[in-house]
Parts: sequence; structure tokens; C-alpha cells
Amino acid sequence: MSDQGNNMKLRDDQAQLKQEMLIFERGGSGRVGCTFPRLDVPEVDPVEAWGEDAVRGEIAGFPEVSEVDVVRHFTRISQHNFGIESGLFPLGSCTMKYNPKVNERVVRSPGFASAHPYMPSALMQGSLDVMRRLEAALAAVTGMDRVTLQPAAGAQGELTGVMMIAAYHAARGDTQRRKVLIPDSAHGTNPATAAFCGFDPVEIPSNSRGTTDIEALRAKADDTTAALMLTNPNTLGLFEDQMEEIAEIMHGCGAQIYCDGANLNAILGKARPGDIGIDVFHINLHKTFTTPHGGGGPGGGPVGVCEHLIPFLPRPTVETDAETGTAYLDWDRPDSIGKVQGFYGNFAIMVRAYTYIRALGAVGLRQVAEDAVLNANYIQTRLKEHYHLPQDRLCMHEVVFSDKCQKKDDVTAMDVCKRLMDYGYHPPTVYFPLVVSGALMIEPTESVSREDLDAFIAAMVAIAEEAKSDPATVRGAPHSTFVARLDEARAARKPILRWDPELSEE
Amino acid sequence: MSTTNDPHGPGRYQPLGPDDRREMLDVVGVEGFEDLFASIPEGLRYGGELPVEEALSEPELLRHLEELASRNGPASGMLSFLGAGCSPHFVPTHVDALIQRQEFMTAYTPYQAEISQGTLQAIFEFQTLVSMLTGMEVCNASMYDGASAIAEAVLMARRLMRRGGRVLWSEGLHPAYREVAETYAKYLDIEFEVLPLDKSGRTLIPVVDDDVIALIVQQPNFFGVVEDLRSAGNVVADAPAKFIVAVTEPVAWGLTVPAGEVGADIVAGELQSFGNGQNYGGPLVGFMATRMEYVRNLPGRLSGQTVDAEGRRGFALTLATREQHIRRAKATSNICTNTALCALATCIHLSSLGRQGIRELALQNLSKATYARTRLAEVSGIEFPFDAPCFNEFVVRLPVPAGDVVDACAANGVVPGVPLGRFDEVRENELLVCVTEIHTRDDIERLAKVLAEACS
Repeated sequence: MSDQGNNMKLRDDQAQLKQEMLIFERGGSGRVGCTFPRLDVPEVDPVEAWGEDAVRGEIAGFPEVSEVDVVRHFTRISQHNFGIESGLFPLGSCTMKYNPKVNERVVRSPGFASAHPYMPSALMQGSLDVMRRLEAALAAVTGMDRVTLQPAAGAQGELTGVMMIAAYHAARGDTQRRKVLIPDSAHGTNPATAAFCGFDPVEIPSNSRGTTDIEALRAKADDTTAALMLTNPNTLGLFEDQMEEIAEIMHGCGAQIYCDGANLNAILGKARPGDIGIDVFHINLHKTFTTPHGGGGPGGGPVGVCEHLIPFLPRPTVETDAETGTAYLDWDRPDSIGKVQGFYGNFAIMVRAYTYIRALGAVGLRQVAEDAVLNANYIQTRLKEHYHLPQDRLCMHEVVFSDKCQKKDDVTAMDVCKRLMDYGYHPPTVYFPLVVSGALMIEPTESVSREDLDAFIAAMVAIAEEAKSDPATVRGAPHSTFVARLDEARAARKPILRWDPELSEE
Repeated sequence: MSTTNDPHGPGRYQPLGPDDRREMLDVVGVEGFEDLFASIPEGLRYGGELPVEEALSEPELLRHLEELASRNGPASGMLSFLGAGCSPHFVPTHVDALIQRQEFMTAYTPYQAEISQGTLQAIFEFQTLVSMLTGMEVCNASMYDGASAIAEAVLMARRLMRRGGRVLWSEGLHPAYREVAETYAKYLDIEFEVLPLDKSGRTLIPVVDDDVIALIVQQPNFFGVVEDLRSAGNVVADAPAKFIVAVTEPVAWGLTVPAGEVGADIVAGELQSFGNGQNYGGPLVGFMATRMEYVRNLPGRLSGQTVDAEGRRGFALTLATREQHIRRAKATSNICTNTALCALATCIHLSSLGRQGIRELALQNLSKATYARTRLAEVSGIEFPFDAPCFNEFVVRLPVPAGDVVDACAANGVVPGVPLGRFDEVRENELLVCVTEIHTRDDIERLAKVLAEACS
């Protein structure tokens, strides 16, 4: 039997042992997973209270499982996941760094966890102080004048930022500005956000150096331009070094510069958006500031602004009473764009981010950027003989290779990704940025030791060799994961988006 | 070269040591970090030390954060009757223990399906549970919170109608939800119109004209009243408008007739009550459920069942052509990160509650709140502005401004409710009281006592 055959056999056996049914397929009639105190007040009959028409019967199909069933079930399916502690997680643009354990401990303190958003401010001085201190720290790190903590994730931060820009132009009667310029290397959220706010996104090409094409920008920027949405460092892992010209062009035509802060990790203590001409900057607390990604959130998307945009910040803001020093929520902000989250943002995420910043201080934060950039360049140097490097110069926190060399053997970037799983790694980001064909975007972050970097590099080299010597194995990967490559086309063609007892019998 | 490798320094999260750094800089071929950052032009570089507070060791950090937490009322065991879209419920210990497994907590969005089956299967189960709870055909993988979910529901209705127009929403829709939706829709061709409540506290549903794109009713409504969704559904059934049902307290859905049964097109709102704490208002668990025929207009992620190359059942994110990373400017929403881990807590709690527990939980909430209402009715000076039946929240009208009463009660360790004057001046004397399964009969007696004292 070939190695591949052996691998497949192994997986069959393991899969059978590890196969975990759906929660709905577990359990049996009458099992309970939660118990309650006996009612110490008279029981109310809902039919009597609301009328027969308003009351439902038992929910068909709802699980009947014990606590043990639940714990085993979710523990088993968790083992089909890959987390940051499972191994190197070099997912470009996502900054998958270590999430400190102490963050989880402090956030569960009852003083924070049991606090209701409509508690009187006098009773919430601890939480308000955390928010005040976090805002000050983020302003210090980014050089912005004020920061709103309300947006619940990066994309909502983008939305908040672009809305503030729209409000700023509207307040000046500058209503003919309908265009938002966006480099072609931008994240998908950027054009989606611009369109969401009713603007027309206009794409700006990258130049041969992988940064914004200044002449193209100049040609498109005029008095109908509301903003430029930039990412710096950009998604190719390169610093937009022509910031001065960019700022001159944009501010010269009366437009604002929005900067996507997805890559802030690379420049902590090295450069500050507020110092380099950026008017609005969003921060992903779940990237740079170690709050857990959670399999897709919750995140935190604070937005920093320059002075002229402060009146438009979402309400309420956290302010300090000059006389008493007490913190309070200021709702009286007539020019505010309004609210973007039901309360004040993802407070429990803010606590974690604040805890992290206090663990590092100025020296620690700068070291984060230095180690993150060093790790990316180390990978770039050691792998560029094996993978095509479109921009062969020092990178920032991430390096973008392409599958050009492997394509000769009919092995794609996706194949390389899937094969990496067999070596025990999470794959890099693939096919992004769109400006690089067959992109493999690697962001090691600072949370990786030299020996782990070397092992990852060795795995990547081995895959490059396999692509030549045994391309079928790479193309058929992954071989050791719980499931083999999934048929995503089928999932989309005939969507099954929930369990259905009838379907599962088919 | 700056160093963090010192037992008193901030280096505990940095696996690289000084030797590693030196050798790696050599491999890269640069002298030092100065050169490594050479692509940042000198004029744009930050030369100083960031003006942030000093670094703390772990013991110092714990002491500092504990001190901050202790300045919050709840640290000293304050008795609270605050709900209003962020309700106090018991979270079983195993729920929090499971979501802290690093495989769930630190995982990324499950784009790489083969090593994300845990998250994908949990989302699939979440989608199923919430669909069953609301009586809808499909639910997304979660959104930021109830407020933004309603905002997105309005935008979805606009897409389905292929035009702007009027949105009629009940005065009983959470005021913060309305404010967020107004923020989201500011630059679109949408007008909002408030439908007043009748004397009983239920929404007055008018004839829905053809220019209306959506009608939004919250169940139970912001004032705790159980709405007559069936009648609302019947009225809107004769109009082109989409019927959106909002949810801030999903526990009620263990007993109320599901929205899908009364003609809802979209159900959107909040699930924090299941498995998640209050955390000063975030993170929460927004969601949106709808009919299969509208699924391609649904924002947010979806996990779908499929098979792997060897025919085994597996799950993958699907219908991604709705989403920003594929469709960019033409996406249904710009949403990317949502609240997957909070949705997992909801999924685990709902699974544990199960068929019997979901009903018992709702019954206990209804019974406790009903008892509290009966007890408060005996307090002289307290009136009830609405007489329709409620679930676990109700409004009381006090003889004096509710804000003052809250301050007086708080001095006695009780926060009796949310003063409604913060949303509407004419309700200055009204208080929204939330009573759930966590409150004992003694807690309710204490509430009655401190309220009586404060009102006398």
C-alpha cells in the first residue's frame, strides 16, 4: 500500500472512533442537562396568563441530554479544531498571537462580569475607569486624539469611521463627495463598508513595488472624493512609504484618510497613524491586543480620530468630571453619528485588551512589533529559494509568497495549505491579497519561538520538495485531519443549513 | 537594542530571547532592528517611548484589575433587577468551562474547514437550535448584538423589496435598537415611523400601506408586554411589507408562539440570555433568522452540511457569495467577525436546557415576575401604566422620579430597575423592572421593601 493509502486507512479508523454525531442525534427521552430550584412563588399557567393562542407547545427536535452528554459532545468536537495553543498559526492579516491566560481570569471577576449597562454610573466607576484608561492607551499607541470603544468588531469600526467622515463632509455642506478610493490590495470589508454608507468605491491599483500607485491616486482624487481607505502596513506586508505624498494629495482635495488598522501589530512603538497624516484609524482588539478570536468573534473595533472629527464620535463617550475626577457617560453630543452598538461596545473584550497593554507597557509593545517583523523576515529569507516571492525586499509583519514555482507541477497555493495541516500547522491565508496570483500570506506574529519557526520552515521546504517529487500527495491533502477536503461546491448548491430529522434519515 | 528579557521586564509573552534575535537578524542580513524597519521613512518614524502606563508583572496586574473591578457595585453583591435587553440569568458552570477550551476560544473563523470542524459543527447546531426556537427555517451564525441585527434586518428588508420606503416600528422596540438602526440607515432612502402602544401596552397596528417596506414588532416588547403577534402577522400578510419580529429576551420564546408560525419574514435580535453574562453590555449575541427563500439576502456567516472527499459528513462555511470577502462592494453586509464564541455559549446552554429545561426556565421567569408584580401592587403609590400580560419585565409608575428612587434603593444595595426617563422624558416616573429565575422570593420581598421606603 502506498503512503497515501496508509494515510487514508489510518484516517478511516480514526474517524470512526472519533466521529461525533450532532447534539440532536445524541441523548434520549427525559434526560435533563440543567436543573432548577423548586419554585418558591406560585406557578403561573401561561395559557391562563396570555391565552391559548399565544402559547407554544414543546419544541420538537430540541435535545434531551445530560450535562455529561453535553460536555463530552462539545469537548469532542473541540478536538476537531485547531487553536493558537495547538501550534503555529501563521494566518496572514489575522494576527493569531498568544491570548494570555490572565486576561480570562480578570474578565470573570464578578465586579466586571455581572455589571449591567444601565447601572448608575456612580456604581460603575471601575468599568468606566477601564474604558477611560484603555482609550488613553490606544490614543497613545496610535497618536490619535480620541478613540471610541463602541464598535463591536473591525468591520463595524470601519463603518463607524466612514460614517464619521460622511458626517464631517455633510456638516460642512460638502455633499458632492460620493467617491471612496480603495487600493486593490484592501480587505473586502473596505469596499463593502464604503458601499454600505452609500459611497461609490473606486479601486486604486498597486504599483510594481506593491504599494499604492501615487499617480493613479492623484488622477482619481478630486473634489468628489470623500476619503481614501488605506491599510498601512498594507496586506502585502509592506509599509506605505509614500504617506507624505498620499496625505498631501488627499488633504489637498479636501478628502479624509481612513486607515484600516488590521496590521497595527507591525508598527507598535515604531510609527503612529496619527503622526503620519491619517484622520481615522480603526483597531482590532482581537488582533493586536490578544483578545480571543473565538472562532469568529466577539471582537473589538475601536476607532481613533483626529481632533476635527471628535464631535462625530458615537455616543455616549466616557468623560471625566473635572472637579471630582469621577467618570461619566456623556450622551449630550448633538453632532454624534449616533449609536452603533446597543450599549457601549464589547466591554469584556476591552478589559482583556487593557490587561494586555498593562502587561507590556511601552517597551513590551515595541518589542512585539520588533519580534513580529523579525519572525516574518526570517521566514521570508529562509523560504524565498523555495517559494516565489513577488516583492523581494524586507517585509513588515507578514510575507506574501505565491505558488508560481509549484504551479509547474500543478500544485496550487490551496494544496500547499492543505498539506501543511498534515504537518501539524494551521495554513497561511490563501489567495489574498487579490493582487498576487496564488498568494500564500504568512504572519507568524511574535508569539513563536525560533525552534518552532525552524520546524515550520522545514515543513514548508518539505512540501515544496513533495510538490516536485510526489505532487499527488500534496494535491490530495490533507490526509491526517479528521475529515478530508470538503465539497464546498455541494454545500452551496444544495444548502443544508440546519439539522432536520427527515433529512438525516435519508 | 531594547530588551525585555529580564525577570522584572514585560517579556513573558515573547518566546524569542536575545541570542535568538541576534542570530535571526544575521540570517535576515541586517545589523539591527533599526535596519529592519528601514522601510518606514525617517520622517514617519516614532522615536519616543509610547506614553502608556508602566508595565505590571502578573501579580501586580491581578491586584490592579481586582481593585478596578471592586469599584463596581456588583462586586459587593448588589441585588439588581435590570434587564432591558441585557438580562440577568444563571449560566451553568460547564458552559463557561467549555467555551474556555483553547480549541474553541483561540480558533480563527472556520475558513479552513478541515481543521475547523468543531466550530463549524457548533455553528450548524446553533443555527438549528435558534431556527427551532423562533420557528424559522434558517438562522445565521450570529451577529454583533440585537441592535445591529435589527439594523441589518431593516437593510435586508430593503434588499428584498428592491426599494427604500417607510419602516413602521413599534414604540415597544428597544430605543437603543432604534437608534442603531437609524445610524445604519442614515444615508439610505428609509424613513422610520413609530407606532404607538395602546393603553394595555401593546402595539397599535395600522393598515400597512404599499410604500411600507417593513413592520417591526418586538416580542415581548421593551416594556415587557407580550404582544399579539398573530394579529400583527395577519395585518401585514395583506401588504407587500416584510414582517420583522425583534427579540431582546429570547427566554420568553420557550413559551410564546414562535414567530415563524405567525408569518414573520425575519426574526432578529439578542440571545445573550442563553449562556452569556451581562459584562456591562457586551459582548452580546445578535442573530438573524429567516425563510429559506430569502437566504441569499441574509447577512453574516452560515455553516452548511456537506461531505468530504471520502463521503463522510462534514461542515463548511457556505453561500459565501453573499459576503464581503468574495463580493466586496456588492456584499449583503460588511460584517466579518461576529460573536462566534458567545453563540457557542448560547448553543451549549440551549442544548443543556433541552426540551424540558427551556420550558421550565421560561415558566420560572414568568412566575417570578408575576409574583413580583403582585407584591409591588401592594406598595402604596405604585401604579402600573400597562395592563396587558407580561413575561419577565414590567413597568411601574412611581410617585416621584424613578432616577431618584434608584439612587435611594442603591444606597440599600438594590438596583430596582431601569428608569425610563433616560429614553423618554414623559416616562420620568416610570421604572422597568426585570425579575428572572435568579431572583428568590426573598429578593422580591426585599425589592418591595426598599421600593416602598423610597416612595414613601
